[in-house]
Amino acid sequence: MADIVLDKVSKRFPDGTTAVRDVDLEIADGEFVILVGPSGCGKSTTLNMIAGLEDISSGELRIGGQRVNDKAPRDRDIAMVFQSYALYPNMTVRENMAFPLRLAKQDKQTIDSKVEEAAKVLELTPLLDRKPANLSGGQRQRVAMGRAIVRQPKAFLMDEPLSNLDAKLRVQMRTVVSRLQKQLGTTTVYVTHDQTEAMTLGDRVVIMRGGAIQQVGPPQELYDHPYNLFVAGFIGSPSMNFLHAAVEDGKLRTTLGDVPIGERIRRQLEGADAPRELILGIRPEHFEDAELVDDDTRRRGMEFTAPVDIVESMGSDKYVYFTVEGQRASAAELEELAADAGADFSGGGASLVTRLSAESTVREGEDRRVWFNLEKIHLFDPGSGHNLTLHEGRSGGALAD
Amino acid sequence: MAVDTTTRAKLRWGLLDVIVVVFALIPVLWIASLSFKTPATLTDGRFWPREWTLDNYRSIFTTDQFLRALVNSIGIALIATAIAVVLGAMAAYAISRLDFPGKRLLVGVSLLIAMFPQVSLVSPLFEIERQLGLFDTWPGLILPYITFALPLAIYTLSAFFKQIPWDLEKAAKMDGATQGQAFRRVIAPLAAPGLFTTAILVFIFCWNDFLFAVTLTSTERARTVPVALSFFTGESQFEDPTGAICAAAVVITIPIILFVLFFQRRIVSGLTSGAVKG
Repeated sequence: MADIVLDKVSKRFPDGTTAVRDVDLEIADGEFVILVGPSGCGKSTTLNMIAGLEDISSGELRIGGQRVNDKAPRDRDIAMVFQSYALYPNMTVRENMAFPLRLAKQDKQTIDSKVEEAAKVLELTPLLDRKPANLSGGQRQRVAMGRAIVRQPKAFLMDEPLSNLDAKLRVQMRTVVSRLQKQLGTTTVYVTHDQTEAMTLGDRVVIMRGGAIQQVGPPQELYDHPYNLFVAGFIGSPSMNFLHAAVEDGKLRTTLGDVPIGERIRRQLEGADAPRELILGIRPEHFEDAELVDDDTRRRGMEFTAPVDIVESMGSDKYVYFTVEGQRASAAELEELAADAGADFSGGGASLVTRLSAESTVREGEDRRVWFNLEKIHLFDPGSGHNLTLHEGRSGGALAD
Repeated sequence: MAVDTTTRAKLRWGLLDVIVVVFALIPVLWIASLSFKTPATLTDGRFWPREWTLDNYRSIFTTDQFLRALVNSIGIALIATAIAVVLGAMAAYAISRLDFPGKRLLVGVSLLIAMFPQVSLVSPLFEIERQLGLFDTWPGLILPYITFALPLAIYTLSAFFKQIPWDLEKAAKMDGATQGQAFRRVIAPLAAPGLFTTAILVFIFCWNDFLFAVTLTSTERARTVPVALSFFTGESQFEDPTGAICAAAVVITIPIILFVLFFQRRIVSGLTSGAVKG
């Protein structure tokens, strides 16, 4: 087991494109780190560089304190699970799992006992003599995991290992992966484009965009205190609402009404080059049906009325979509996120997603009074994408001073 | 109604199948039939021999000429096939997996060789081989065979290699294999159907060649069966060798059939299924 350190690691392809730019990352021994981002953000390339399947153009990669830039994958002692599983179809499950051990020239008894042990952990024992062609997707995935764990490597690399499974199995395998990693305590780097996987699995999450790291931190931290527009929009499902906000007379004029701002933010907006327009971000769960809010809570937020578009009852709560008039928030990051989500369709006007209590009696078509929490508001500079509400890494909402 | 259409479709296909098979097999059967006829009934024009005889077979196996040519044919074809498949596999692997300078040129030139009219090469080859002392030797035939079989081998094999998911090779490398081990233990077993297919095609090409064999040999040292057949004469000047030639033709078809049957069982389709999701 070992730590993995990326020191200004970059990857440039011969055609001149830079896939990964100056990535600095320290992964502690035994840590479970997730690399997440939209397709083409460089997360897989980064993983392949750690694996040794791609050359490192510049920078240094250290595994267990040792520089491994020029070492072949086989000399790095790390195992990898592929998105496609990449099982050897000409070998049985047993042979597949024994393959790395046989290459390492271990004796037959050791190989047998290690394979049996790994098979027991992954509940593959009855399948050991089958060929991969006769396995279900979930079973193949487990064999791929088994092949990685048998030789007790310094680290595991996983490249979207669950993305080929159906939704139900994916949730199930997520806990398997999580438990396995805790049990073995092996340093793990896990690549995914699914923010739910990123939130649920990792000790720390690395969000990448265009080959550069956007933010690194524990999942809750990224959720509560996003550095920028991109992180805020990427993490969370349904994702954060973004609204256009104009700065006028020490207030923010938005489609939800005039939002007051605190002292610190006001100071930030006083400079000559300060943006006159902002993007206001607020998560769906920070809205509530105004009828259900007690007076004490009411004081910490403000209210608005809007027509209800769609109500989705999830049982535990309700997703309510409102149509709000006014200018849409626009920034490069938001467009990128929308393109990644495949949402190139927008029905005109801004749509607001809220998560209200299940007790709410909201109905489609009516106008509804909705409360939202001012302490949970994020304000972003549309030009740079920076979160202006962050202070020493913490977000204090619009009223912070 | 549905049953009706399927029956009719079956009939139509059955008829087509029969036509194709008959068209392909009649000449072969005709030769087989001739090989069992006595010299007197050879030209009677009957498909089914009136008198059956094995004399033709006896005669070709008693002449040293035919046996010697058979040995030459088998040896030369097997050696050329082995070398062409091994070289072709390596070249095809490089072409399908690597991006090296001159790759397009290599592919282009090999295609050019495949299209080059062989007749135009025969005279220069004859001169060159005489100068080099390769004329009328096994290598003298093996070398040109390899040259002309390689493009075929490279094309067939690179198609097969391209079908093998690249992830498998990456996985092998991560599991601790060297490039060579990855090729031998993971890629080659999966490409086996391709290797066998290529081997069959190359072997048939070498086995059937007449043009090179007739120009680049002069004696029994290296003369192959197709050429030896054309030099067949009867016991005497006045005897018609047709029966013997037909018997020999049947005999030399047998190794090809065996070769194909033997390797065909290895050409199991779907060998790579289960490797990757899909």
